[in-house]
Amino acid sequence: MDAFLGTERNPLQVAVVGSGPSGFYAAEALLKSGQAVRVDMIERLPAPYGLVRYGVAPDHPKLKEAILAYQVIAQLPHFSLLANVNVGRDIEVDELRAHYHAIVFACGAEADRRLGVPGEDLAGSHTATEFVAWYNGHPDYRERSFDLSAEVAVVIGQGNVAADVCRILAKSVDELRATDIAQHALDALAASRVREIHLIGRRGPAQAKFTNKELKELGELACCDTQVDPRDLALNAESLAELQSKANYISAKNVEILRDLAARALGGRPRRLLFRFLESPLELVGAGRLEELVLVRNRLEGSPFQQSAHSTGETARLRCGLLFRSIGYAGVPIPGCPFDARQGIFPTRDGRLVDATDAVIPGLYAAGWIKRGPSGIIGTNRADSVATVKSLLADVPSLPSGAKAGSAGLAPLLAQRAVRAVSLDDWRVIDAHEVARGEPLGKPREKFTRVAEMLGCLDGGAVSQR
Amino acid sequence: MTTIVTDNCNGCRFTDCVTVCPVACFHADETMLYIDNNVCIQCSACIPLCPVHAIYADDDIPEDQAHWIEINAERSQALPVVTEKQDALPGAEARKAALGY
Ligand SMILES: Cc1cc2nc3c(=O)[nH]c(=O)nc-3n(C[C@H](O)[C@H](O)[C@H](O)COP(=O)(O)OP(=O)(O)OC[C@H]3O[C@@H](n4cnc5c(N)ncnc54)[C@H](O)[C@@H]3O)c2cc1C
Ligand code: SF4
Ligand code: SF4
Repeated sequence: MDAFLGTERNPLQVAVVGSGPSGFYAAEALLKSGQAVRVDMIERLPAPYGLVRYGVAPDHPKLKEAILAYQVIAQLPHFSLLANVNVGRDIEVDELRAHYHAIVFACGAEADRRLGVPGEDLAGSHTATEFVAWYNGHPDYRERSFDLSAEVAVVIGQGNVAADVCRILAKSVDELRATDIAQHALDALAASRVREIHLIGRRGPAQAKFTNKELKELGELACCDTQVDPRDLALNAESLAELQSKANYISAKNVEILRDLAARALGGRPRRLLFRFLESPLELVGAGRLEELVLVRNRLEGSPFQQSAHSTGETARLRCGLLFRSIGYAGVPIPGCPFDARQGIFPTRDGRLVDATDAVIPGLYAAGWIKRGPSGIIGTNRADSVATVKSLLADVPSLPSGAKAGSAGLAPLLAQRAVRAVSLDDWRVIDAHEVARGEPLGKPREKFTRVAEMLGCLDGGAVSQR
Repeated sequence: MTTIVTDNCNGCRFTDCVTVCPVACFHADETMLYIDNNVCIQCSACIPLCPVHAIYADDDIPEDQAHWIEINAERSQALPVVTEKQDALPGAEARKAALGY
């Protein structure tokens, strides 16, 4: 008979799929649980850290310091990294289940939501995701190009990702040069002719989802004036009631910031950012590429905190050559896992994956954006992962207790499939190369933007392609 | 950039804030918490989580709370890190109500 699961003689083998914040916080909670646990973190890219590396804006270097905390977690005994391994492609979920007692999916929400309007796929119309991943040097987006020759750009959506996109478009390359922004993006932005950026939200100023800090930052740009139409700040009674609620002080502060901006004279800066509220895109028009956006005016209906945008039927047209939509993310299904296509998440109950009949699938868990959907910031995922791990640990007595091989069981499969797993030590080598490349440029790092380049740092450069 | 815990935390210590801190920079004594700004990444995750709005950042720090900047800096160095939710102090609910939240 096997020793009790979770003891030194039969440690709990857990695979964590994904190396973003939720993956690291799940690993930490497991490794600090007091039980004997082995955690293998499996990541599809050779580089860890998920959206902290590939989402958080390069001009927010302080936030990227969350990585320092992940480096500490990665040092905990019994943590291993298997990067450059794609679950569902290089390794099947069933194969993981054969070698681990439990699997925590922390694979994020990497797909985009669609606007669902005609012309959405015209050249010049992009998702914020593509642009963000491209300027952050994500290998999947290395070959994208963005035509920044248009003078008028539109950003649809009013949350922090939309704010990031606006800032990157609005800043001069001199303001970005010393960040870890990808060189290809810096080169393209240097030639940008964008002068006007319209930031469009379907609801009003009281409902915008910016954090105070991100919004304030948009009013403090060195090379870009910010314009808010005072008429947009004439709020309806329901919105005023929302702002009265003490718990809603973030929105109240947002409106205060917007009022200050509306009262300010433009400063003659070369670029201009225009906030537009209560408008939705109806159609993107152009012969082969985006030339014009048709917008409809909305009004709010519903009681305070339940207000939704409804079309008034009144339309407006805006000449523009570039559009980014930032209206949310959805998870990507992995064969062998249940998927809720409507919400774009893995369906769970208390962090445990459930099948179509709502029955728990033993040993499978989820945390972070793939569990909750794309809401919340880096730290939100810590509380979330801790909750999932609590469920997992509570299940240990009922999990099949036979010993599992963990990564030793995966190694032959990966070898057979010619997959070069990137360990923590390997990653440190790649990381050091990136930092060294950045140094002469005055950048914290110059990221490798191709998988082959990253792998080229390893094995004396022997592994280059896959 | 600075994020600090102020007066309102004193005597309540709900610690909802620590559960979302991505970098474990909250330190605690018997009555309240303090942020170590050498470690804090200024992500503001903790601010909306605090039920009594005790946490402020940068130019939102009320003038009459500015002395807390130094207190946070000093106390956080001397005290242990807290990363998990603690039991609220006895009387926390009453204090929360008294503060109008
Ligand atoms: C553009 C943008 C900007 C943001 N800015 C901020 C900010 O300024 N401050 C802040 O606090 N938060 C910010 N956030 C939010 C924050 O990034 C997220 O809350 C957080 O990253 C979600 O963590 P996660 O671990 O669930 O997912 P992710 O960070 O997305 O990590 C998922 C990981 O799983 C990997 N993966 C996916 N599929 C597979 C597979 N099949 N096999 C193996 N690995 C796989 C991915 O490659 C990725 O590394 C931002 C988000 C975005 C999109
Ligand atoms: S949530 Fe607020 S009151 Fe509670 S410990 Fe944190 S700062 Fe103090
Ligand atoms: S701002 Fe972020 S890093 Fe700083 S104390 Fe709050 S949660 Fe922690």
